Amino acid sequence: MVSAAEGSNILEVRDLQAYFPITAGLWRRVVGQVRAVDGVSFDLKEGETLGLVGESGCGKTTTGRAIIRAVEPTGGEVFYRMRDDTLIEATAADGRTMQTLRQQIQIIFQDPFASLNPRMTIYDIVADPLRVNSLASGGELEDRVSEMLQMVGMSPAFMRRYPHAFSGGQRQRIGIARSLVMNPRLVIADEPVSALDVSVQAQILNLMQDLQQDLGLTYLFISHDLSVVQYISHRVAVMYVGKIVELAPTHELFTRPMHPYTQALLSSVPAPNPRVKSLGQSLEGEVADPANPPAGCYFHPRCPFVQDVCRETEPEFREIAPSHFARCHFAEDLDLPGVPA
Amino acid sequence: MQTMPLLEVRDLKTHFFLDEGTVRAVDGVSFDIRSGVVLGVVGESGCGKSVLARSIMRIVRPPGRTIEGRITYDRGMRRGAAGDFVDLAQMPIDGSEIRDIRGSEITMIFQEPMVSFSPVHTIGFQIIEGILQHETDISKDEARNRAVEILRRVGIPNPESRIDQYPFSLSGGMRQRCMIAMALASDPNLLIADEPTTALDVTTQAQILELMAELQREFGMAMMLITHNLGVVAQMAEEVIVMYLGKIVEWTDIDTLFDDPKHPYTAELLKSIPRLRREGQAERLTAIAGSVPSPYVRPSGCPFHPRCPQAVAGLCDVREPELVQVGERHVVSCLLYSDGASNGAAEMETE
Repeated sequence: MVSAAEGSNILEVRDLQAYFPITAGLWRRVVGQVRAVDGVSFDLKEGETLGLVGESGCGKTTTGRAIIRAVEPTGGEVFYRMRDDTLIEATAADGRTMQTLRQQIQIIFQDPFASLNPRMTIYDIVADPLRVNSLASGGELEDRVSEMLQMVGMSPAFMRRYPHAFSGGQRQRIGIARSLVMNPRLVIADEPVSALDVSVQAQILNLMQDLQQDLGLTYLFISHDLSVVQYISHRVAVMYVGKIVELAPTHELFTRPMHPYTQALLSSVPAPNPRVKSLGQSLEGEVADPANPPAGCYFHPRCPFVQDVCRETEPEFREIAPSHFARCHFAEDLDLPGVPA
Repeated sequence: MQTMPLLEVRDLKTHFFLDEGTVRAVDGVSFDIRSGVVLGVVGESGCGKSVLARSIMRIVRPPGRTIEGRITYDRGMRRGAAGDFVDLAQMPIDGSEIRDIRGSEITMIFQEPMVSFSPVHTIGFQIIEGILQHETDISKDEARNRAVEILRRVGIPNPESRIDQYPFSLSGGMRQRCMIAMALASDPNLLIADEPTTALDVTTQAQILELMAELQREFGMAMMLITHNLGVVAQMAEEVIVMYLGKIVEWTDIDTLFDDPKHPYTAELLKSIPRLRREGQAERLTAIAGSVPSPYVRPSGCPFHPRCPQAVAGLCDVREPELVQVGERHVVSCLLYSDGASNGAAEMETE
């Protein structure tokens, strides 16, 4: 397991917002906003893996996309530090700067069946980013593709074949090769192992760790699976209805959570051990609607520790202990057990 | 608790006859489901676990067909007088007897509740229809009252008004509760649940699993719980079968499976999953090499041998293993445990 690098920040996200308008009627009048990402702030250190975890609809994918402006943010700032230490404000950058930026920030997608064009050979898929950016051609291009395929554990002999000839795990390797061919520094991995079989997940997770060590990559690892996130991340951010509710070093977050939602997530994971009874303490109710969130703390209708203040005042995102942030009025007072023993 | 087998499956084979070749989705499977017991069925995609469930329900459609085997089901169990055996595998798939059993004595819940409900009928209509289908001596009002009660029992708030809503207006968790209500309305002997929580978020999954465990105890039915999630079986099941490429590789009680897995596939699978930990950094995960092979090109001999770290060349790629008993209620399909294997290996060495 790699240790957290003490690098400088490669990415700084400040109060990022991505709202989607809800329209109605003949004139498509805007009648409301879905607050998919609602004031998200975090830093990414060079060489680390930050896990971004939450349930469906919490805004974790939109956060990843808003960073490279695949979804246009409606507010906030994203700063990216280039190799020469200059700071670029991605949220205000022009088209050419964004093009450079998108070479250095790459995405790995969830579904290896949908994210590879079935009409392109493996060679064309992996070579495409280099061609589009006119960075290589001819023999050089072929060498580079074959090098990438070897790096992700695929035989270059297969490069003239089409995606249908490969299993889910192999396709995900191809997707990773495509992301890394541009020699990026930051990789946004959006549920990269969720569509894979259990026995293949471990291969891809191990591969991602090896590549991080060899290439010094920084990962934003988006997932709904807490055990996977705990395994791969140095720090973890938990999202709920568009906001980060807790952010801490991995071990801290899993053993001393400070937000009741984090605790609820940890208690909900069915333990793969018949002697540990992990059911019987599930949360009440359902996730709040991001188009119509409750007043005060968004989590208050489901929170077992709710007080009057939670119904009225929205809690601040505060540093409760060194490097441990939480968005809860009572973070200091709650004594939450973390992962069940 | 009764422990007589409610369902006895022997040498069941369900194959799909496609232009590309024959897919042996379920290929000679034998196991029992005891009355009132939760049996977990674990395996990765393509192992045949869903087709196995559909074969028992007799809802496999062409080009798929159950070509061999017995599914002995004890209909008498329902009336408190065990011993009225029928063979589901022999029944025509649209015959009156299987239709009498299906949806009433044996019911099923599916992974995606949005697809399993008709989108153009209310939840209530669909539950009431199920009740009236199997019970002729009951009025529509009585059936509706029963539907309201069962919806209340599965935790639907305001069931009196919710019963007239359409599936699209309910959340994923609520739809799965309605699905469970529909499956339980007839007080079944056996509930087959095919990945019932896979489409749900982790907090909703915990709610649904708790509900299912509670209702299973309350109704006392047997349950066949199909899942790829080892956490879900560990929490829910008493016995487990592990499947790989259409075959059962191991069948035992849940504690033995986790404490002392015998089949290399089971052992490797348990080592490959990341687990929540309280202590320190995780060790590196032990991945299983390769991936599940294409169904058209099954490996010879033991289907797991190309990925098996303990495979014996000249044996595992040649001989198909049979189920061998290795302990009380513990069978495994691996040549490492059959006498023939040790003999074979010894022969190899002496050669």
